[in-house]
Amino acid sequence: MNGLMEFVNGLWDFQYTGQVLPDLFSGLLVTIQATVIGYAIALTLGLLIAVVRRVPVFGTLVHFLMEFIRTTPLVIQLVFVFALSPANISVFTIGVVVIGVHYAAYTAEVYRSGIEGVAKGQWEASRALSLPTSRTWTAIVLPQAIRRVIPALGNYLIAMFKDTPLLFAIGVVELLAVAQQVGSKDFRYVETFTMVGFLFLLVSIPSAIVIRRLEKRYVAV
Amino acid sequence: MEFLIAQWPRFLDGTLLTIQLTLGGIVLAFVLAMTFGVMGTMRHWLPRAVATVYVEVFRGIAALVVMYWLIYALPLLSGFQLEDMFAAILALGLNLGAYGAEVVRSSINAVPRAQVEATVALNMSWAQRMRLVVLPQAWAQMLPTFGNLVVELMKATAVVYLVSMHDLSWIADDLRRLSGETIPVFLVAFALYYLIAQVLIFGVRLLERRANRRLGRVPPSGGGILGLLRPPTVGTKVGVAK
Repeated sequence: MNGLMEFVNGLWDFQYTGQVLPDLFSGLLVTIQATVIGYAIALTLGLLIAVVRRVPVFGTLVHFLMEFIRTTPLVIQLVFVFALSPANISVFTIGVVVIGVHYAAYTAEVYRSGIEGVAKGQWEASRALSLPTSRTWTAIVLPQAIRRVIPALGNYLIAMFKDTPLLFAIGVVELLAVAQQVGSKDFRYVETFTMVGFLFLLVSIPSAIVIRRLEKRYVAV
Repeated sequence: MEFLIAQWPRFLDGTLLTIQLTLGGIVLAFVLAMTFGVMGTMRHWLPRAVATVYVEVFRGIAALVVMYWLIYALPLLSGFQLEDMFAAILALGLNLGAYGAEVVRSSINAVPRAQVEATVALNMSWAQRMRLVVLPQAWAQMLPTFGNLVVELMKATAVVYLVSMHDLSWIADDLRRLSGETIPVFLVAFALYYLIAQVLIFGVRLLERRANRRLGRVPPSGGGILGLLRPPTVGTKVGVAK
């Protein structure tokens, strides 16, 4: 048993882990902030795109652009926008906006499937009652469409959370960047990067469970 | 423009590395997905538990984090350094393999119960049942989602840029720094990524068509090869839950 403890201590320094944990948590906080703000952008912009896509010519153009965004890597999109942005915009802002727009391309498709899932009769009934278009959307179509796609949207929150380490590419000091800094200073990558993995699981597994619950609740309707 | 033409060979080199990483990742992810996916459908609790742990762990951690761990932490832990290329493919394969395993598992479970019961009635062994009845049907079901995953994998290869492997993203960034012509350089890179994605999507569609043919199903739009060129309806990125 003693031999085993010595072996473990040689590989893993618990005291050191305790020391770096506060730094890692502050990095995790930045990661979570970026996720939440980026997700808010993705949700609103995605909805806008899904509605705009129904406009004849302009909609097709938007669709093509979204397709393009979806099939090219987020990292290079980040670097591209970063290179073109004026220096006085913070990297955090750039990162959050780019990740938000990238995921809007996905959420737009989710909303679209939800909107298409609304029965045709609902549109016809709105027309029969001569509701204005804005009321048809806000009071009839969207409430039904969005309810249906809540679990699918939830999945993107987790997917996005796991993509935030990419913000590291443009110098946002999030969890992975903190680990890299601390690790290179003390040349102790085992503890730092392993803890990063654990912290990711700590957030993503419980969120996955919550989303599974949501799925049961909304899909069954 | 002249600059872009002069630098074309470098773009090609970068593209080649991106394609190699993608193909390597696909092979590894496919093997892992099949292995753990089938294990997830077994009756005994042990293989099921192993599959669940694998899926939850690698779906929960970003490929980039796994790659950093393999490149920076593993050498300190084990004393040997992995080749960068190998570490990258391993990280990508482990990550997408976990998503794939879930797809395999749910597709196998979606094969109608009566099909399985029929194999029992015919006294087939487990291996025969899988090979002859369950997997061919599940395969047709998996392919559309695999198509999305393959594109996700291709996009994820760009993370190797962060460990200075000279893939398409790295080359684009390097040329930008050399020339300052951000927009043309990146547009070429984006176009190349887009092209690779379209080729991958088309390839998966071909497989899909073949799988359905073998099950005696013909797509409603007719079986012509041109039917495969219709605008893709990607858009369903597989998330963590499900």
